[in-house]
Amino acid sequence: MTTVETYATLDDAARAMGSDAAYLAGGTLLMRAVNEGNAPDRLVRLNNPNPKEFRSSGDKLILGAGLTMAGVLSLRELDFLHPVARVIGGPQIRNMATVVGNLFAEHPYGDFATALLALGAQVVPVGQGSPRPVEDIFRDRSRVGLISSVEFHRPRDPRAFGFLKVSRVKPKGVSVLSIAALLPREGGRIRGARIAFGAMGATPLRSAGAERALEGQSLDATSIDRAAAAAIEGLDPPTDQIASAWYRREVAGVHLKRLLTGMERI
Amino acid sequence: MARTPVTFNLNGSPKAAFANPGQNLLDFLRRDVGDLTPKFGCGQGTCGACTVTINGQTQLACLVLAEAVNGQDVRTAGGLGQGATLDPLQESFMDHFAAQCGYCTPGMLVSARALLDQNPRPTRDEVIEAISGNLCRCTGYEPIITAILAVAEGRERA
Amino acid sequence: MKNMTTDGPMVEFRKDLFADERDDNLNEVGKPTRRQDIRGHVTGRSPFFDDHLFNGLLHMRCARSPHHHARIRRVDTTAAERMPGVVRVLTGRDVPVNLNTLLSLLDFGLDDEPILSETKVAYKGEPVAAVIAETEAEARAAAAAVHVDWEVLPHVLDVEEAVKPGAPAVLDIYPNNKFVYHGKYDHQKLRFGDVDAAFKTADHIVEGRYQMSPIEQAPIETCGAIAAPEQNDRYVCYTSTQALFFSLGTAAKVLTLPSSRLHFIGGTVGGGFGGKVDSIHEPLAILGTMLTGRPVKYAWDRAEEMQVGAPRGAERWYITDGVMADGRIVARKFTGYFDAGAYTRLSSYAIIKGVGHLPGPYTIPNVYADVYCVYTNRTPATAMRGFGITGVDFSIEAHMDKVAETVGMNPIELRILNAYRDGDMKAHRREAKNCALIECAQVVAEKAGVTISPALKAANSLTGGGGDRGALPVFTATDSEGRVEGFTATSYAKKGGGSGPENLPPVALRPTAAQPATRPAPQPRVETARPAPQAAAPDNPRPSEPADQTQKKPARSGAMRFSSLSGFRRR
Repeated sequence: MTTVETYATLDDAARAMGSDAAYLAGGTLLMRAVNEGNAPDRLVRLNNPNPKEFRSSGDKLILGAGLTMAGVLSLRELDFLHPVARVIGGPQIRNMATVVGNLFAEHPYGDFATALLALGAQVVPVGQGSPRPVEDIFRDRSRVGLISSVEFHRPRDPRAFGFLKVSRVKPKGVSVLSIAALLPREGGRIRGARIAFGAMGATPLRSAGAERALEGQSLDATSIDRAAAAAIEGLDPPTDQIASAWYRREVAGVHLKRLLTGMERI
Repeated sequence: MARTPVTFNLNGSPKAAFANPGQNLLDFLRRDVGDLTPKFGCGQGTCGACTVTINGQTQLACLVLAEAVNGQDVRTAGGLGQGATLDPLQESFMDHFAAQCGYCTPGMLVSARALLDQNPRPTRDEVIEAISGNLCRCTGYEPIITAILAVAEGRERA
Repeated sequence: MKNMTTDGPMVEFRKDLFADERDDNLNEVGKPTRRQDIRGHVTGRSPFFDDHLFNGLLHMRCARSPHHHARIRRVDTTAAERMPGVVRVLTGRDVPVNLNTLLSLLDFGLDDEPILSETKVAYKGEPVAAVIAETEAEARAAAAAVHVDWEVLPHVLDVEEAVKPGAPAVLDIYPNNKFVYHGKYDHQKLRFGDVDAAFKTADHIVEGRYQMSPIEQAPIETCGAIAAPEQNDRYVCYTSTQALFFSLGTAAKVLTLPSSRLHFIGGTVGGGFGGKVDSIHEPLAILGTMLTGRPVKYAWDRAEEMQVGAPRGAERWYITDGVMADGRIVARKFTGYFDAGAYTRLSSYAIIKGVGHLPGPYTIPNVYADVYCVYTNRTPATAMRGFGITGVDFSIEAHMDKVAETVGMNPIELRILNAYRDGDMKAHRREAKNCALIECAQVVAEKAGVTISPALKAANSLTGGGGDRGALPVFTATDSEGRVEGFTATSYAKKGGGSGPENLPPVALRPTAAQPATRPAPQPRVETARPAPQAAAPDNPRPSEPADQTQKKPARSGAMRFSSLSGFRRR
């Protein structure tokens, strides 16, 4: 049976963690597991998490462990991420679900994590550890300790960031797929393209093919077509109740093209 | 098993009860506190039938740890209106046939009330967004949207 | 859009249509009115089954099959019984009559489905044991600790695979995986005129294959029931059932209790759509109360509602039309497969209803249908909003579009041309009355901005029907294909008095009592095919008697009547 331990600080909570414990933040993933009888034995939680926990340092944006999707939507500094936060669940879920928790959301969830992957975000562990790229978390989510924050640089031009979520039900639906694109441009050429797909694998994944097709190019019909044609490279779409792997593979390039075409116009 | 005492405000009245380890707020409100207005639909955060507000924000009671509301302000559909006087939203739902089976209705009303408290003059799109976390299978969303807009536009008598 | 304004009418009343058939001085229709139960709904006070609190309430959850099809070698509940909070674990042996008796209550077939399966499971999620514990979480944990020794069997999930020779037999009593209709045929037949002869006269033959997946009703309130001991040696049962008296009757039969000892309270249903007619929960909840002396709740969680809650069944249809160049459909042939899933539930009834609906709302002089109720290792299907009709209607209307395309005609015009008109004879030998398809199609054309020919724009349902269109076919081709032996029309015979074993308890109809079906070779047809009747032959007199004399007279006497519940039966 589940037991619950409540602590005053993240450091205290981190010390209480163990292989039989899970950290309860927004609860949207973990309480479902509790309800369905497959949660870890111990739940570790904070007494008083701050749903608007955020700070910035220069162009570095630091999103604290308590920051919820609604919190993101309330912060003007994070305006370029509002389109991402707005499509996570319904209003109730957004009031509960945290940004850091989304890194642990299993397929088909994790649309915000997809955006974090495209942004090249790093997670900051509680305690002494140094920041690690979010990819590390996706590699093995069961072995990640407590995370105090996630941080990334604000794109110099916020329009270099684009996001698209494709769902069958609107305005609130599970992803067929989601795409986040970071396309910084120098002198009209794309430098450091990052294209991440959600719901196209067990975790958010980068499309190596699309990134290669765009790198060093200007964003135009030709490079967009090449990126769309190569989109599936690096992805591993699953079959679920929402869509088959075949369907996801077929439409990945179509939706990438739509997203990039929209970004080209800006 | 060790039970945790929880004291909180429910619809403006102080309440105290013991929560089981891992018990969710929905089960706690219904079985231990006796407020049957939030409904169980999924236990997964999908349907919105258990929508309550915690400190003014809508949340899903099935995904809230009961003991986490210790010291908080919780409101349910049971707290709408005052005595025999219904909330204008309740009147409007009655006038606009915005409830058929009635099962999603309490959660729908809590979401609608939270919207109007924060944004008394929402657009139609804002209404749709506000109830997008509440599933209805039989009434149909159109009469519900109409009922909420009627209150927002001041056409429903208060 | 009209329905998007906050106070505009959601419905447009076409007072110009059928004006002289109707009194427009209406008191309620078209006027807003409050539902009588809506105050309870908006205050959250409407009492759904779970809105009743009981001291000492116990919770029941079932251990379920992880396999589509398996034999049960052994159910071991010892570990589950030792789990924390567990009060009792039930298996099939604890159920007085371990058979859901909905079919026999409805007089619609052999009861075939255990409450808790003892020897075999035929779908994923089939219950084999029920754990009763102090909390829902404890019941859940203990249900996972019920150990079952399975012998996994080959399974079949597709209707046409299931009816092939050698397919795994889903139910022992129907070895060919087909429900037996009226004790005689392995499918429901419709024969009206002679489609094969008409196909020879047709300018076009249009074929189509259509299918739909199962559809979950997905009520927001999951199915469930709470039972508790009541005074006067009775049990009270609060239930989400859509069919209180089915549930009462089923519980009484399963528990061998007089219904006077059962106090059922329902009527407040959190969405049903057909998915709450099967009386799955009430017998087990009451049995739990009988065996523990305490209130017991048995309800599905959402995952169970989706996995084991009976959906609208899948359907597959093959349609062949004979069509004249001018768009008149002279013959329509159906082969249909309803996917009943692992047990009959209401699928046998759905097919009777569906076949009565063929060939859709169109006057077609030659109609043929073979419709099979097929067992597969999928979740049993049951009622859902117009079940039996919806899937075939989708198929028919998709096919109408295909026909329109073939003959190069506007699809709305094709429908008006072929629509039932008052006085026409339907394929199930009833006169069409109060037809309105032509008018509906004309309004659709008007709203959609589709131009239709002046003649069809002037057409109406009141004229042009009847006469030869109202006549039964001069000749109807019949056959004995799909005849089975060894079955009796047990449940039907009860009403008419005859061969059936009357008043036997449902336990007598257990699978072991039934005999296997055998399929005699199809008999060659003796009738000579005649030309298809002209759709508009002017002076074909309406016969004074039903023209299906070529069909064998029923062995028993007694007039036939159509019951919406059980199809044709004798009175």
